[in-house]
Amino acid sequence: MNQQREPLLQVEDISISFGGLQALNKVSFQVFPREIMAIIGPNGAGKTTMLNVINGVYTPDTGRIVFEGKERPRGMKPHHVAATGIARTFQNLALFKGMTTLGNIMVGRTQKMRSNIFSQSIYWGFSQKEEIRHREAVEWIIDFLEIENIRKQPAGMLPYGLQKRVELARALAAEPKLLLLDEPMAGMNLEEKEDIARFILDANEELDYTIVLIEHDMGVVMDICDRIVVLDFGNKIAEGTPEEVKSNPKVIQAYLGEG
Amino acid sequence: MTEAKPFPQILVENAEKFGDRKPAMREKDYGIWQTYTWKDYLDQVRDFALGLASLGFKRGDKMAIIGDNRPQLYWGMAACQCLGGVPVPLYQDAIEKELHYILEHSEAKWALAEDQEQSDKLLGLKNECPNLEYIFYDDPKGMRNYTEPFLMAFTKVQEMGRKFGQENPDYFMDEINKGQLDDLAIIAYTSGTTGNPKGVMLPHRSVVNAAIGFIQFEDLTADEEVMAYLPMAWIGDHIFSYGMAMVAGFVANCPEDTSTVVHDMREIGPTFIFCPPRIWENWLTQVMIKMEDAAWVKRKMFHFFMNVAERVEKLRIARQPVPASLSFLYRLGRFLVYAPLKDNLGMRRVRIAYTAGEAIGPEIFEFFRSLGINLKQLYGMTESCALVSIQKNDDIDSETVGTPVPGVDIKISEKGEVLYKSPGNFIGYYKNPEATEETLEDGYVHSGDAGYMTERGHLKIIDRAKDVSKLTDGTLFAPKYIENKLKFSPYIKEAVAHGEGRDYVAGFIDIDYGAVGNWAERRHIPYTSYTDLAQKPQVYDLVYEAVIRVNKSLSEDERLKGAQIRRFLLLHKELDPDDGEITRTRKVRRRFIAEKYGDLIEALYSDKDSVKVDAVITYEDGRKANIKAELAIRDAETF
Repeated sequence: MNQQREPLLQVEDISISFGGLQALNKVSFQVFPREIMAIIGPNGAGKTTMLNVINGVYTPDTGRIVFEGKERPRGMKPHHVAATGIARTFQNLALFKGMTTLGNIMVGRTQKMRSNIFSQSIYWGFSQKEEIRHREAVEWIIDFLEIENIRKQPAGMLPYGLQKRVELARALAAEPKLLLLDEPMAGMNLEEKEDIARFILDANEELDYTIVLIEHDMGVVMDICDRIVVLDFGNKIAEGTPEEVKSNPKVIQAYLGEG
Repeated sequence: MTEAKPFPQILVENAEKFGDRKPAMREKDYGIWQTYTWKDYLDQVRDFALGLASLGFKRGDKMAIIGDNRPQLYWGMAACQCLGGVPVPLYQDAIEKELHYILEHSEAKWALAEDQEQSDKLLGLKNECPNLEYIFYDDPKGMRNYTEPFLMAFTKVQEMGRKFGQENPDYFMDEINKGQLDDLAIIAYTSGTTGNPKGVMLPHRSVVNAAIGFIQFEDLTADEEVMAYLPMAWIGDHIFSYGMAMVAGFVANCPEDTSTVVHDMREIGPTFIFCPPRIWENWLTQVMIKMEDAAWVKRKMFHFFMNVAERVEKLRIARQPVPASLSFLYRLGRFLVYAPLKDNLGMRRVRIAYTAGEAIGPEIFEFFRSLGINLKQLYGMTESCALVSIQKNDDIDSETVGTPVPGVDIKISEKGEVLYKSPGNFIGYYKNPEATEETLEDGYVHSGDAGYMTERGHLKIIDRAKDVSKLTDGTLFAPKYIENKLKFSPYIKEAVAHGEGRDYVAGFIDIDYGAVGNWAERRHIPYTSYTDLAQKPQVYDLVYEAVIRVNKSLSEDERLKGAQIRRFLLLHKELDPDDGEITRTRKVRRRFIAEKYGDLIEALYSDKDSVKVDAVITYEDGRKANIKAELAIRDAETF
């Protein structure tokens, strides 16, 4: 059924090397609207590199990226990529630690704000209305992720699991067309993982987000993802539904090693 | 308002009187207080009621209501009453077994749930409760994949109601006018320390008259602000946030979330609050912990002026004059400490504060009073719509629950049990005539509490009548009295005293994980879990001090002198309603504990200095785990 739809994102023949290390080698896949896709693979397989290529941190040596039917010009800067509607979270939290939860999430809206720093500092007329509108959207997300009680707390003082959730909130605040999550559940306990898994599913089913995530917890990946791409040493070794991937001998070998 | 009417008629009257000019309810949502006026209240209730009517709601139908305090749930309650139905509020953290019993026993045909979590519980029970026909939910989050035809959103029902109302324009008012004072207003299930919960039947007459009783006693106006944050199934919340709010026309404020209550309360600045002792204890613990973290100057200032305030309050309670120097210090303290602290607790505007549900430790009570908060003790039960006795503003005694409210008659039976006749009295337990007969006699309710009238004419409650007993030497043993004294220590969360038919009193103590954890961290005492922390010798020393203090205080009372604590141990886990050890309102289930922890009790009455436990605990999701531990037993000095 996916094949009949237009892909949202096409990654074609992406290769990138750092010095002598071939981080990605002619990797291609497609992401379709409203699906949750996981990129999995052993350590150093090139998963985070792949995300960095998608959101413009790295410019690939070869290959092209087509987003919403338009080919991305080479060397596009990450903030321009973000403006096209791709948001992400990071493996190692990247929140403003001294800023409140609310402030951090508001940052996610800046791409959408039109008024400049000067009119914002006067906070009157258009910029006031704009801020109220954005605040409303942010409050909606706070409600969605159930973090009302930490609204005014500095992000740096929150427990790790909640910081992860705030980061997800910030990414959601940008209302992206494509949401990239780099290990959203790393370092969490079971309950926190279940919470995040539920929020990811809700974001996907209720808000129609398209999500690409990297995750190590196979249980979660198998449970919530529609499709999986498996990388190993920069090569794509498998792609398909969780069942297909689970029974793929190459995947088993990559994970369990040879004989 | 002095003339009693059924609630729906009061609501219509309020909407006419106040219209769009006065808020009736607020709810914090998306970070902002959303206001509903009395006209909105009526409109919302009408739409939902008519929606119910279009689905075939009949007079006398029961509707279960479950969830945190949300305006929609209160509206659902009112809508149900408008159609002559009976709301049955349920505790939102009740486990499936409890819910199952009440749903089946109440014959609820309709249910209104707050969100997905509560809807799931009801859906899980629907097959076993064939009487349940429709389930409604307020918060649509996460409900997208539910396709059951009997499951509907609150707003969907309201939409149907608007359509139904166009076709039957007079239906709503006709149904309201059919309402009689003797119709049932609510069936409130009491959690009960033994056996199945009992459904207390309260007609409109009782609830409205009890509300009028409170309003007249305290001179409440339509300008009061209250927080609607206690379980809706508890009579305290029902009479406050619904009954009195409706009769007096004041505002009930629903917090954003249970975790934001303190913050939200500060924003609202309620004038009238009602909290069980548990919550006052929590606040005191919070204040004490925060003060320990405060700067040296602030800490010194706090302790100095709290000492001043306590001395002043003791004199005021004893109705003795306050010396000028002390009075000056108190005024200085108000400026420096009391007022800022009150503001911090969100109690700056509090005119009247109640504590009820259980006895409060005198030290806790005096702490809040000495800050200048008009905290008063109230005695009431579900069976009387919470109205029996209240302390008068200038007639306070930390050990009593005040004088009978005008209109209430109190008798003490020969056995020492308190009997009362209140305007709020119930008319019986639903489908349980035996229990009704036992409890209700000639219009008097057997409270089950042991107590007596003091010389000042105050009612003093000692304990549950069935729990009061004697030691082998004949000394009066009132376990709760001792436990409450122990629980004043910020480090003790729960305590269970044993002594019936024994030579001496011994106790289980549950530490407060938060407070003791904080204390341990400050002293660099490493610990891994609750069990581990509780067994640290340093923690035993900490608790020992509290036990000694209690023993000293007991030794001052001639009658209770012999009931001092001789031996105690710290439990390996917190007592938990999910394990059936305490009720949802945190009352100790003595018989259950005596059975479950029989070995531990025997050890307390032996000469062993430790005892092994191997216990199974149940997590929230139903998984079970084993805890193995060796619990130390300490002897305590007596006086």
